[in-house]
Amino acid sequence: MSWLTKTLTSSIGKKLLMALTGLFLCTFLVVHLIGNLQLFKNDGGYAFNNYAVFMTTFPVIKIVSYVNYALILFHAFWGLYITYKNRQARPIGYAVVKNSSSVFSRNMAILGTILLVYLVVHMSDFWYRYHNEALPYVKYTEQIASGNIETTPMEIGYTQEAKKVETVNEEAGTRTVIVKDLYNVVSFSFQNILLVLFYVLSMFAVAFHLFHGFQSAFQTLGWSHPKYTPLVKGLGVWVFAVLIPIGYAAMPLYFYFFK
Amino acid sequence: MTINLKVWKQKNAKTSGNLETYKVDQVSPDMSFLEMFDVLNEKLVQENKEPIAFDHDCREGICGMCSMYINGQPHGPLEGVTTCQLHMRTFKDGDTIVVEPWRSAAFPVIKDLVVDRTAFDRIIASGGFVSVNTGNAQDANNLAIGKDKADMAFAAAACIGCGACVAACKNASAMLFVSAKVSQLALLPQGQPERESRALNMVAQMDAEGFGACTNTGACAAECPKEISLDNIARLNREFLGASISSQEV
Repeated sequence: MSWLTKTLTSSIGKKLLMALTGLFLCTFLVVHLIGNLQLFKNDGGYAFNNYAVFMTTFPVIKIVSYVNYALILFHAFWGLYITYKNRQARPIGYAVVKNSSSVFSRNMAILGTILLVYLVVHMSDFWYRYHNEALPYVKYTEQIASGNIETTPMEIGYTQEAKKVETVNEEAGTRTVIVKDLYNVVSFSFQNILLVLFYVLSMFAVAFHLFHGFQSAFQTLGWSHPKYTPLVKGLGVWVFAVLIPIGYAAMPLYFYFFK
Repeated sequence: MTINLKVWKQKNAKTSGNLETYKVDQVSPDMSFLEMFDVLNEKLVQENKEPIAFDHDCREGICGMCSMYINGQPHGPLEGVTTCQLHMRTFKDGDTIVVEPWRSAAFPVIKDLVVDRTAFDRIIASGGFVSVNTGNAQDANNLAIGKDKADMAFAAAACIGCGACVAACKNASAMLFVSAKVSQLALLPQGQPERESRALNMVAQMDAEGFGACTNTGACAAECPKEISLDNIARLNREFLGASISSQEV
């Protein structure tokens, strides 16, 4: 065995892979949230739909997104494998257990499995449909001088080769953009109370998973210091376990109650 | 006091065991938990029954031999205390107390509450020492060691190797033990020559013994009778990953 495989297959190395992939996924959560905040813009989905085109066509983003999918799967199944191995370390359990650790830290695999199920639903709701189904198109007509945007849904059955068709009419001083109306799909999906509930509850799983996971990743990396550990723990709790899940949960709730 | 006990009885490593119920009368609140077991065993011997096997030695909290998992916690409900220093005044008259052995694939039960902890010895033998003879105690300050480092090394060296960390951990991980042993030497000048190989070899031996991986739940440090800090685990991760990257071994 080379030193690298020996390191990465040791108990600490296995956890190192969990920590590094987990922290990468944390950065993804931040980027994904910031991008999706465009859903809250009251522009008929103009910003969001253009953003969706950019995210699915720009080559660098495409590469990063496939790396991201691979790392999600790796993090999930590697985590389940470690959990399985860890269970083998105690073949006979205790009759009575009084735990002195947090309930989240003990159930990372269960929370992670909930998140994996959530991701399958989430990807098939939007990612799969955006890529593979005949979605409605929408036309945005922007007055270049004033910046006013007029939204007109395209007739049912309309389709186009390119993801985004942009034409400028210099005489009228307008620019028209025709794109797939993912915004409409999101808005429509979140009229279903069951889906909204599922999304909101899943964000609790995100919160609990990151409540332990974020600071745990730093501990695994050996990052423990009286100056910086409080910062890491604060970030993990207030940003990753509170702010980000609230931001995500706000989206289905916004569409259900206000759209 | 009268105490009802449910104690794990197991003939040997090959058979399976079960919880058996005992009643101990006239327990003094000032008895230690082990003395209560002595009283029970004396009674069992007089009744021509088999006494309960349990580990103990110094009975003053420094040897690391006692190892009972009491009501779901290693060394019982008190913090920073071994079973031998747990007194019956902690419990109430008529309480039922469940006593089990450490549970870990790496610590097989020898008999009743006695488990085989030689896995720890093999981990120490794989690198938890300094090979060179450091001679007699030197004059103070001959070897400059900062007070902060000395204190951290001493806190890590307080580990008595009882295995409560393994017993408490949901993964039966030995990381707190190994991290304390690696830390105490990594922090001191005498430990430097073998610093890299120590971290690499002790972790390899820990994995070979069948202990689980650390998931940073913190149960080990919470239950440790010597209150070894989780910072040691972070240090072990640093030592191991650093040594993996920088050691000359290919």
